[in-house]
Amino acid sequence: MGSITLSKVSKSFGDVEVIPPLDLEINDGEFVVFVGPSGCGKSTLLRLIAGLEDLTSGAISIDGADATNASPAKRGLAMVFQSYALYPHMSVRKNINFPLKMAGMDQAEADKRINAAAKVLNLTDYLDRRPGQLSGGQRQRVAIGRAIVREPSAFLFDEPLSNLDAALRVNMRLEICDLHKTLATTMIYVTHDQVEAMTMADKIVVLHDGYIEQVGSPLELYESPVNKFVAGFIGSPKMNFVTGPSAQKRNADSIGIRPEHIDVSSESGEWEGVVGVSEHLGSDTFLHVKLADGGMINVRASGDLKVKYGEKIFMSPQEERIHRFDPQGLTI
Amino acid sequence: MATQQSRSAARLMMAPAVILLLGWMLVPLTMTLWFSFRKYLPLRGGDLGWAGFDNYTRFIGSSSFWPSVQATLVIVGGVLIITVVLGIILALLLDQPMWGQGVVRILVIAPFFVMPTVSALVWKNMFMDPVNGLFAYVWKFFGAAPVEWLSQASMQSIIMIVSWQWLPFATLILLTAVQSLDSEQLEAAEMDGASFMSRFWYLILPHLARAITIVVLIQTIFLLSIFAEIFVTTGGAFGTKTLSYLIFQRVLESQNVGLGSAGGVYAIILANIVAIFLMRIVGKNLDA
Ligand SMILES: Nc1ncnc2c1ncn2[C@@H]1O[C@H](COP(=O)(O)OP(=O)(O)OP(=O)(O)O)[C@@H](O)[C@H]1O
Ligand SMILES: [Mg+2]
Repeated sequence: MGSITLSKVSKSFGDVEVIPPLDLEINDGEFVVFVGPSGCGKSTLLRLIAGLEDLTSGAISIDGADATNASPAKRGLAMVFQSYALYPHMSVRKNINFPLKMAGMDQAEADKRINAAAKVLNLTDYLDRRPGQLSGGQRQRVAIGRAIVREPSAFLFDEPLSNLDAALRVNMRLEICDLHKTLATTMIYVTHDQVEAMTMADKIVVLHDGYIEQVGSPLELYESPVNKFVAGFIGSPKMNFVTGPSAQKRNADSIGIRPEHIDVSSESGEWEGVVGVSEHLGSDTFLHVKLADGGMINVRASGDLKVKYGEKIFMSPQEERIHRFDPQGLTI
Repeated sequence: MATQQSRSAARLMMAPAVILLLGWMLVPLTMTLWFSFRKYLPLRGGDLGWAGFDNYTRFIGSSSFWPSVQATLVIVGGVLIITVVLGIILALLLDQPMWGQGVVRILVIAPFFVMPTVSALVWKNMFMDPVNGLFAYVWKFFGAAPVEWLSQASMQSIIMIVSWQWLPFATLILLTAVQSLDSEQLEAAEMDGASFMSRFWYLILPHLARAITIVVLIQTIFLLSIFAEIFVTTGGAFGTKTLSYLIFQRVLESQNVGLGSAGGVYAIILANIVAIFLMRIVGKNLDA
């Protein structure tokens, strides 16, 4: 069980309204990702759900029961912090045992759970070490272990992977996804990395200055963003935005086209430009093309495309993949 | 790391400080040791020659010796307990966000700036005086007979005065330690269902261990030799004669430098015994 409903939830720090009233529905067993640029209020929203901050107005209900004023412990949620927040003077075993001890659980049952969690998370050999003697990835797993032994109704993650190196991050991403599949527990995951959001989420919530811009599955957001912000935020490399004649021709204030939806040709095309930096990744080539009017277009071409710096090329957007925006930035 | 050259340069530069400190320490120590073996009575003939271990046996054989060791330890222990316990409570309170935080913190530190002699006099005359003292008024207001603090409850009074002086120091050190505790750890514990008391016991107290150790060690060093507070309040009467006060009496009141020096050596031994005990109990908090 782990459905969470936010209704008209808002939060102000003093006079500053960080989260304007918002509604959000999180279903049982869903993997929900809050994504948005730094400072948009993701952590604040997560902490409101956790009960670590008081709501300014609105209500939160968990599993249908009102939890607006419930203490963090009473909500039955477990949180994994960005800094892991392990207890430094306790061994890994004691760290994982802590929530069970606080719940007054019988030690035999607690040990069973700890050993099971340690096995799942590959921590069995480290149970007697202190957190200070572990690597970043291992600490991360201890933090997750401490969360899962409680069998919470939902997990909250606040940028849990941002302290790890790139390779480990990909690894832990998979492990967390795996964990979600095995436990089938609701997970709310905060990140500013849209790749993490796209790869892990069942449902993405895009936040911007505290507002929810769009809620949807990764593909929905990729294929039909509701506005220019979501269009630019989701997808890597970023969508190109073009104004001027090409946009007017299509009855829009501006149009957006993703780098992977542009055809390149050496003879003819809608736009003409000069190749700047080209990044050869093997499978793909990212071209940064300078237009005559000074604009830049990013193109994702196939890996075997051979172009040189300063070469002139032509580009045409794939017509059915064009996103059109009105002057307010909303999708037409 | 350092080259040969920079190391010898560093040695050269440090030498004056090291020599000065060594001299500072060694000269008085040697003089104390030297006098402790002499029969030296400044107003009754001066240095009267070698005394062997006479001074040592006389000092320890005096009926005031063991009570003075006990008084010293009781004062040190009492002040340590009071300042650490109240210091932790005050540090936790001062860490809470509140209006006028800056002013309150300065006020809390203020007693530390008052000279021991002055603060002891203020306590003696303004608070503890059985006729005009503030406490006497309070007692009389409730119809009770005023307590003669410095004679009836002399030990408690001195512990109270000294604690008042040292509480700011303990509070300050503990406050910085409290502030360095990662707030996410406390929040994690809160989510793990820990009550305030469990958070205090399992997180805050272990985190403070090192700061408490420092407070205990530093205060012990200073408290073993407190003198001014006793001099201006009880003058060593009513069971408040500490070892350092006894030495003072032997040297200045009985004009027996040799005997006093032997007492000084005993004081050094006592300090070392206390230090060994403390390092055994709390010293391990300092490593790691
Ligand atoms: N305790 C606080 N008091 C005042 N303002 C705060 C407080 N906590 C957060 N804010 C403000 O609220 C806004 C949102 O902060 P929040 O931490 O939720 O951002 P975030 O989306 O998690 O950013 P990041 O990705 O950098 O972690 C920020 O502008 C921040 O300055
Ligand atoms: Mg954040």
